[in-house]
Amino acid sequence: MVSGGEWALGAVGGARSWSRRLGWVVADSAVVARRYLAHLVRKPDELVGTLMIPVLAVLLFGFVFGEAMGAAMGLGGDGYRDFLMPGLFALTMAFGIGNTTIAVVSDVGRGVVDRFRTLPMAPSALLVGRSMADVVAALVDLVVLVGMGLLIGWRWHLGVGAALAALGLLLLLRVAFTWVGIWLGLMVRSPESAMKFFSLVFPLAMVAETFVPAEMVPVWVAPVAEWNPLSATVLACRELFGNTAVAGQGWVAQNAVLMALVWPLVLLAVFVPLSVVRYRRLSR
Amino acid sequence: MDTDTAILARGLRKDYRGGRVALDGVDLRVGAGTVHGLLGPNGAGKTTMVRVLATLLSFDSGRAWVAGADVVARPWVVRERIGFVGQYAAVDEVLSARRNLEMFGRLYHLGRRRSRSRAQELLERFDLVGAADRPVRTFSGGMRRRLDLAAGLVLDPRVLFLDEPTTGLDPRSRGQVWSMVRGLVAGGTTVLLTTQYLEEADRLADRISVMDTGRVIAQGTPGELKERVGGGRVEVVVGRTEELGVVAQVLERMAGAPPSVDVDALCVRAPLAGGGGALTKVVRALDEAGLDVEDIALRKPTLDEVFLALTGQEGDGSGDVGGRGSW
Repeated sequence: MVSGGEWALGAVGGARSWSRRLGWVVADSAVVARRYLAHLVRKPDELVGTLMIPVLAVLLFGFVFGEAMGAAMGLGGDGYRDFLMPGLFALTMAFGIGNTTIAVVSDVGRGVVDRFRTLPMAPSALLVGRSMADVVAALVDLVVLVGMGLLIGWRWHLGVGAALAALGLLLLLRVAFTWVGIWLGLMVRSPESAMKFFSLVFPLAMVAETFVPAEMVPVWVAPVAEWNPLSATVLACRELFGNTAVAGQGWVAQNAVLMALVWPLVLLAVFVPLSVVRYRRLSR
Repeated sequence: MDTDTAILARGLRKDYRGGRVALDGVDLRVGAGTVHGLLGPNGAGKTTMVRVLATLLSFDSGRAWVAGADVVARPWVVRERIGFVGQYAAVDEVLSARRNLEMFGRLYHLGRRRSRSRAQELLERFDLVGAADRPVRTFSGGMRRRLDLAAGLVLDPRVLFLDEPTTGLDPRSRGQVWSMVRGLVAGGTTVLLTTQYLEEADRLADRISVMDTGRVIAQGTPGELKERVGGGRVEVVVGRTEELGVVAQVLERMAGAPPSVDVDALCVRAPLAGGGGALTKVVRALDEAGLDVEDIALRKPTLDEVFLALTGQEGDGSGDVGGRGSW
């Protein structure tokens, strides 16, 4: 009746070294990531949906309001579009939260997660795999947006290395937001209630350095815009791409690249453990 | 835990938030290679029981072993030895049936080639080869259920948990699931299934635990439980009111208990043990009494009646579902 009476095979499962465990996390996550990527290929509407807003924003803010915005900032239309693109890159990274949350909450609701949880797979693999797939999706998003930027005259000016560093910061932000999305997906009960959160994400993505510099928003929201995780990445990208920037006086503006690393890492340090713990305790 | 025992639970207790008791000290022993049915209405604790044993849910006290391993101390060992098929088809809707099975194979660490060949085997066994490469969202309920079952069998589990495996299926698909379960058990798998259908428990299970409000209120083979519940009852419908009295006399003699007379329905009901043979005797006795009855039927106990017999109180109202089944 006690563990000594267990069948011989049990000992094999019990003797799991850390390195072997880590190996399974990677292997299992890759299997899960392939599942989500297959979704992307077979149901590309998710990708199209994420890209709709930034692509429309390029047209709307770049051209419809572009001249006026540029004039207000003393940049002119072309200058504003140069200023705008890094903001839209980061905005797209933020909007990815929606897809992540909905994918996670529908897996939980449909019982797919139950099955995964009864498999002898690494418990974190479902979540890690999802975030891996999201990074690949984000890469596709960025390729489309960079292409769109190049079409309307946006350029990087400081060499390929700095440009790739900027893209790296954007992907890092996406990874961090992915885990926020995973956590939300595990907390809410239905895709409908997830939608309510996005009405919050929307203004938060706007009240940042995205469309206008923090200096130009009303004083009472300026700290929100300045300390918004999105802002650091937007400012760092403008710096690394050599795009038009409006010289900011704030501490974050002075240390944008550093903060573009710190913010995502802080978000990861908070939301990865929260998500893994929540996943293990689902429906307890 | 000896090798004849596939599942053993001792005093399992689980309280949900808000003080609702889901499991109130449940003991269970399921012999290896047998089918055990958990029967009861909604909210009886059947699903909680299965989820606890499948390592999906924690519990507050008691101990449980599945396929030789303690579910709390060594859940990963349990997971290598079980298959779990929940109430809702837990397969990926976007992927094809084949990709689903291959994915689960990989997650069971079968390796790429073995996962692929195992997927093919299961597709053939569950008659899904024709639809193997179609997205699952195009599948009918029965096909989905079959795929779901196949996904629970990727690793040839020693113990298979089935939570209401045929709820919502048409009779043909239900029959298919039943014959698949029988095939598995013939191959040595132990099955723990929950059901609201008496018929399902009767057809599949070697032993049945009847659950109500988190407790096992009766346990035994289907035959033993039938005896405890008692036989069915006979209903005789006549054409004219004046015949009711004579019928009642005949039935009282046959049944040994006073029948109830429903004047509006022109119907006399009495408990009757002994099945078809007893019914023949009743028909003969009525004939000898010179009665020409409109209708005569042997009614099987409904789930409500089972609960009435076992607990002395009415079921929670979901018993009408079980009433379709028959003992």
